[in-house]
Amino acid sequence: MSRRSLPEINAGSMADIAFLLLIFFLVTTTMDVDTGLVRKLPAMPEDEEQIIDDSQIKAKNIYVVLVNAKDQLLVEEELMEISQLRAGAKKFLDNWGKNPSLSDNPQKAIISLQNDRGTSYEMYIKVQNELSAAYRELRDREAQKKFGLNYTELKGDRKKEIRKMFPEKISEAEPKNAGGN
Amino acid sequence: MSRFKKKKGSGTPAISTASLPDIVFMLLFFFMVTTVMRETTLLVENALPQASEVKKIEDKSLCSYIYVGAPVTGMQSKFGTEPRIQLNDSFKLASDIQEFVASKREATAEEKKPQLITCIKADVDAKMGLITDIKQELRKAQAYKINYATYSSVD
Repeated sequence: MSRRSLPEINAGSMADIAFLLLIFFLVTTTMDVDTGLVRKLPAMPEDEEQIIDDSQIKAKNIYVVLVNAKDQLLVEEELMEISQLRAGAKKFLDNWGKNPSLSDNPQKAIISLQNDRGTSYEMYIKVQNELSAAYRELRDREAQKKFGLNYTELKGDRKKEIRKMFPEKISEAEPKNAGGN
Repeated sequence: MSRFKKKKGSGTPAISTASLPDIVFMLLFFFMVTTVMRETTLLVENALPQASEVKKIEDKSLCSYIYVGAPVTGMQSKFGTEPRIQLNDSFKLASDIQEFVASKREATAEEKKPQLITCIKADVDAKMGLITDIKQELRKAQAYKINYATYSSVD
């Protein structure tokens, strides 16, 4: 230690420098969105034979969801509000053969979604979200019953088991242009 | 310092600002850590929709982004007001997507190729016709994994 005390460095401008940097990062920062709905597209049909014949699947196992160019929903040939779609899909999937007009069991059930070229992207995402939510709620219920946990908290084989019970089968029809847009 | 001791006893004592730099540094570090430098400049309006059943993308480097939306105000005189597709830094047509996906695939290591994912960042006002075209092109390019970018909301 030196006997002579060193002159203290003035730290008063430190705040200014820090503010300068702070403002730079405040301006350049963009909170990037890295969340989204994950989907898997089907492979292109190579020839006519590969297109699965709809008649091979029983009509009652298909839940037809149509969205038109005016963002209106037609579910199983009836007009429906988006708020009812989740409950409707759950009822269809969770039927187990009770109601003869709904699905035999969730493994056989297919949700068929078809939209028009004029449908807004916002509506399309809403519909996709509601259908996903229906599956998620059913999976959660089953996972709670069996393991006392939510579906997303499960790991490995347990998760697979629940997924096998309620496989997410959302099929999108080959695009058509009905709305004339 | 003794110079300042003249006004002793009058008025309230000044609040110490000595901890101000600490607070500012704390904020600074927060923004430094969360900041992501955007590699592309957005040429389109990009208000994403909201959804509750979202998943997080694990590895952003495996993502190829397709932006869809109406051109921003400065671009409207040149490109119109109808929603368009933006790949990298320029407006492209749906037919360019196959090449775009292929170039991303080429730049990725062999063992990571199956995990490649295409993120569609589309504006809420975009029409499904354009999105459908993109999806058809992606199917042709055999890039089947897609992700519709949405904000997460709690329902």
